[in-house]
Amino acid sequence: MSLLDHKFGQGGIVVSQLEDVLNWARLSSLFPMSFGLACCAIEMMQTFTSGYDLDRFGIIPRPSPRQSDVMIVAGTVTFKMADRIRRLYEQMPEPRYVISMGSCSNCGGPYWEHGYHVVKGVDRIVPVDIYVPGCPPRPEALIGGFLKLQEKIRRETLVAPKAVERFLANHTAEQIQS
Amino acid sequence: MSYTFQEIQEAIQAQFGNEVVVSENIALQQPQLTLTKESVKDVCLFLRDDARFFFDQLSCLTALDNGPAKNTLEVIYHLYSIPFNLSFIVKVETERGDGKEQLPEIPSVAGVWRTADWHEREAFDMYGIKFSGHPDLRRILLPADWEGYPLRKDYTEQEYYHGIKVAY
Repeated sequence: MSLLDHKFGQGGIVVSQLEDVLNWARLSSLFPMSFGLACCAIEMMQTFTSGYDLDRFGIIPRPSPRQSDVMIVAGTVTFKMADRIRRLYEQMPEPRYVISMGSCSNCGGPYWEHGYHVVKGVDRIVPVDIYVPGCPPRPEALIGGFLKLQEKIRRETLVAPKAVERFLANHTAEQIQS
Repeated sequence: MSYTFQEIQEAIQAQFGNEVVVSENIALQQPQLTLTKESVKDVCLFLRDDARFFFDQLSCLTALDNGPAKNTLEVIYHLYSIPFNLSFIVKVETERGDGKEQLPEIPSVAGVWRTADWHEREAFDMYGIKFSGHPDLRRILLPADWEGYPLRKDYTEQEYYHGIKVAY
C-alpha cells in the first residue's frame, strides 16, 4: 500500500492526503455480497476458502447487501433473475462496486445467440466496474479482478469526476440551467 | 408375467374399443402407441389401475413440435410399472394453434400421476399446450409475464423484457 511506504515514527504523525486515506480504507476492506448464480459461484466459493485466503486483502463475504461494498455477479444472468439483481444492487449502500465474473455475465457467454432467456451481459442492468474473463474464471482470476478493483479505488477522488469538470469547463451557467 | 407391447395394446382396445388408437409404431426400438387426445386420461387411469400392468410411475412427460409445415404438436408419456418392470410409451398428437390466443388442449393426467403436475407445466411453458383439468397450470421455468413458447419451431424472442434488450 503506497500510503505506508513512507517512514513512520515521527511523533506519531503521518502526513498524507485525505483522499489517499479514504481510498486506502475502502480498498482494504472490500466486503463482497454472498451471492452466486451458476458454476462461477462454485469458483467464487472456492476463492473464499482458506486456501486462497482473501482475508489478507480484507475481503470477507457478507450475508446482506446492506453490509456489502462489492457485488460479484458470478454466473448466468437470466431475465427472471434480472429484476432481483437490480434490486440487490439498489439495496447496497454507496460506494458500491460490481465485478462481473465469467463469460455469461460479461456478455451472455455461450448463450449469446440462442439463449432467449439470458441477459446478454449484466452491464445491461447494473453498471459494472471490473470484468473477469473465463468460463468459469479460476480463483486466481477472480483475485486478479479484486486487485484491479483495488487499483481503481486507489485512483478515486473526492473532487468532481473528470467528466463533470470537462462539462463545467465547456458550458456556461446559463447553458447548464436551461 | 411380462406383457408385450401388443398385449398391452390389445388390452386397451378391448377396454375402450379400437377407435381410441390412432396409430402404433412397433418398428422403433421403443414401440409407441398414439391415442386420441380425448381418450388419453381414461387410458392412463386404466393402465395405472389394471392389475395386469400397474403402470404406477410416469417416468417422463414431454412434448415435441413437428413444425408449422406439419402443424402438429405431440405429447409423449413414458410409463413404467415398478411391480412388473414394464415400460410403455403413449403419444398424443394435436394441432398447434397459433401459439398466442389459440392453444391446443389436451386432458391433464396430473390427477392420475402427481408427477405430471410439474411436467405438464413445463410442457405448457415451452410449447404452449393447455392441459385441461390441471390443478395449477402456470409457467414453471420462465417468468410469468414472458411472451411466447420458446421450444416451438417458429418461436421468435421478444425484443425487450422489462426494458432490457433480449437479443445480443
